[in-house]
Amino acid sequence: MDIFNAIIQVLDSTVRLSVPLLLACLAGLYSERAGIFDIGLEGKMLVGAFAGAAAASVFHSALIGLGMAVLISVAFALVHGFASITHRGNQIVSGVAINFIAAGSTIILGQAWFQQGGRTPALQPGERFEAITWPGADAIRDVPIIGPIYAELLSGHSILVYFAFAMVPFTWWVLYRTRFGLRLRAVGENPAAVDTAGISVAWLRYRALICTGILTGFAGAYLSMVQNGGFVKDMTAGKGYIALAALIFAKWKPVNAMFACLLFGFLDAASIRLQGTPLPIVGKVSVQFMQALPYVLTVILLAGFIGKAIPPRAGGVPYVKER
Amino acid sequence: MAQAAIELIGINKSFGAVRANRDINLEIARGTIHGIVGENGAGKSTLMSILYGFYQADSGEIRVGGKPASIKTPNDAIALGIGMVHQHFMLVDNFSVLENIILGAENDALLKSSIAKARSELERLEREYGLEVDPDAIIEELPVGLQQRVEILKALYRGAEILILDEPTGVLTPAEADHLFRILRQLKEQGKTVVLITHKLREIMAITDTVSVMRQGTMVATRETGKTTVEELAELMVGRRVLLRVEKGEAAAGGVKLAIKNLTVRDSRGVTMVDDISFDVRAGEIVGIAGVAGNGQSELLEAVSGIRRAVSGSVMLDGKPIDLTGNADPGELRDRGLAHVPEDRHHVGLVLAFEENENSILGYHDDPRYLRGPFLNIDAIMADASDKIEKYDIRPGNPRLKTANFSGGNQQKIVLAREIEQDPGVLIVGQPTRGVDVGAIEFIHKRLIAMRDQGKAVLVVSVELDEIRSLSDRILVMFAGRIVGERGPDATEGELGLLMAGVEHQEAAL
Repeated sequence: MDIFNAIIQVLDSTVRLSVPLLLACLAGLYSERAGIFDIGLEGKMLVGAFAGAAAASVFHSALIGLGMAVLISVAFALVHGFASITHRGNQIVSGVAINFIAAGSTIILGQAWFQQGGRTPALQPGERFEAITWPGADAIRDVPIIGPIYAELLSGHSILVYFAFAMVPFTWWVLYRTRFGLRLRAVGENPAAVDTAGISVAWLRYRALICTGILTGFAGAYLSMVQNGGFVKDMTAGKGYIALAALIFAKWKPVNAMFACLLFGFLDAASIRLQGTPLPIVGKVSVQFMQALPYVLTVILLAGFIGKAIPPRAGGVPYVKER
Repeated sequence: MAQAAIELIGINKSFGAVRANRDINLEIARGTIHGIVGENGAGKSTLMSILYGFYQADSGEIRVGGKPASIKTPNDAIALGIGMVHQHFMLVDNFSVLENIILGAENDALLKSSIAKARSELERLEREYGLEVDPDAIIEELPVGLQQRVEILKALYRGAEILILDEPTGVLTPAEADHLFRILRQLKEQGKTVVLITHKLREIMAITDTVSVMRQGTMVATRETGKTTVEELAELMVGRRVLLRVEKGEAAAGGVKLAIKNLTVRDSRGVTMVDDISFDVRAGEIVGIAGVAGNGQSELLEAVSGIRRAVSGSVMLDGKPIDLTGNADPGELRDRGLAHVPEDRHHVGLVLAFEENENSILGYHDDPRYLRGPFLNIDAIMADASDKIEKYDIRPGNPRLKTANFSGGNQQKIVLAREIEQDPGVLIVGQPTRGVDVGAIEFIHKRLIAMRDQGKAVLVVSVELDEIRSLSDRILVMFAGRIVGERGPDATEGELGLLMAGVEHQEAAL
């Protein structure tokens, strides 16, 4: 039963680790499907994490924290929109700028407000999102097989985890079953078609970016208010970029995005679990190798195993009507 | 005459310094097919984009059904019952036909009811007009003719009473075009008004009731199709202009310098633009290629200068082949004595942000004359540029001036000076005097004739008939990608005009 329990534990941490990736990946999906490349997912997550932890700690409320995380993250998304939609700037440059501003401003403001070396104060109970225990989880914990799966894997996560996974079918539904989704997909492929159909390209793209901001806000809040008990500088640690990689890996489709993020989460979880554990055949492997493994696999997967990933055709190109 | 569906009164539109539409007046009768002809760049598409609310007119009035209309966005146009089929289809390629049809015309926030409605509407339109198309097909998997049908269906689905088609047959095969015309006649019978924009006279004669001719942004004439002729329309379209006769002696044509054999070229859409063309250019002669713009001349030039891939055929320069895979090294062709003055000097001929002296050596900048070791020899370049400025009377005569600040004529002289002064054996010139003022035209013509008299082979492509007639020793007329006739320099304008309009072809086709 040891192996079984170990597997359950790895899968449980896979779920936890893939949540921020999934939220960021779906965030990127909204904007890239609308034709706006968003390399600034990382930065928006980071400001979301900071704003969430800071507000939760000051106002002693997890919900206010989440609200602030979303608000600030959306504000940054709108800056990206102002630069790349209204002023037709380069989307990559704007995204990189947002990442820099996020990395710098969170540390400066954190130090100025809390004097803890860029950290926010440790969140107290009530200031963070607590795990939800499903009914009967404790009762059947000891039942073989079903018990651990129910009690460990399904039950005992924070509300944000369930929200993230609920967003997958919801995003699919929005994209393929609603007017907004149809127009969003169209504007990412051929904005001129949207324009001649009498729909505002700019407003549509702004709305897509607002969706992106909301989801990166949730992703940031998860990092600082669920996974961690407060904000630590640079705590996103490249998750925004991994989410972008997952988005390409998923070919810009929501259900694929979930599996891609679960895979990356699993690689992460496995590397943590296997640190210092001797492996069959190769024996003991260095910690650094295990930590590098998810990234190595990312490169390999992206390089050869996903087939042809066709990005939205109008991606990265500002829309100019008049010649 | 029936009641007017659309009246345009005093429409003006400029793009920067270019006046695309000048004081246009036009009346289109309800229930008719009205053609608008003109060369590329005459302002037809701009006018129709104004009518569709895609551009805003600088001044003027639009009336729809007799009432003044304010059309600020395509939405306004759609609400007034105006639909447009654009030259480049406004379809989302990886959407289904249904999704494209409902885009922008959805019932409510959810798609379900819209899709159901569109499906039944499509069935109705299919019955009424014979517009068959699989509603679930993905656009990019449909042939071009069907994609166009989807565009028409899109307009009809939105309740269009007036349908504008911009160059609808440019991408169609003749059979597809005939089918389109049958559909248009059907629409007319159902009381719809059709506006057909084209530069092909055959189509105008075949299908329209009334035809208006545009030239250089102005509306020059409106005729009943039955009471006009292809000759008259061709003349109105091309326009009589001041004859610019340049003094020149008899050509002393020598050996073949440039031999083009069975050349076939397709454009990026896969449409055959140059269709099995063969001709020679000999030393000491100017061969002019005449034709209405868009009949394959640009693609011919690009293929011969090694820029565009050819499908088949060969081009021999001094008896040795030119790489037609589109990967030819332009530097190598220059070394072999082929100089090219491109049609589009702004995008291909010059770097507008560079100084004049930089542009005057561009492409020849690795010539030892302009180098000192691995570095540019600025003194030599400046001396060379000043020399060309004097010889070609380029104004203002400042080699440090940014090229964008020169007028069109002087920019063209910069390109010509650069290419001619390299003393090439073969000179290919596209639109030598497009956008060039009258004074410079004469100068450029004299230079080209001087090249000929030095025994060079010169190939000129121009849409200006007068230019072709006054420069060329032999005139080849291109129509629909083929050379439809060869004439001497004494050919009359009318004769060439007919060839350019493809009239011989028309007789063969009908």
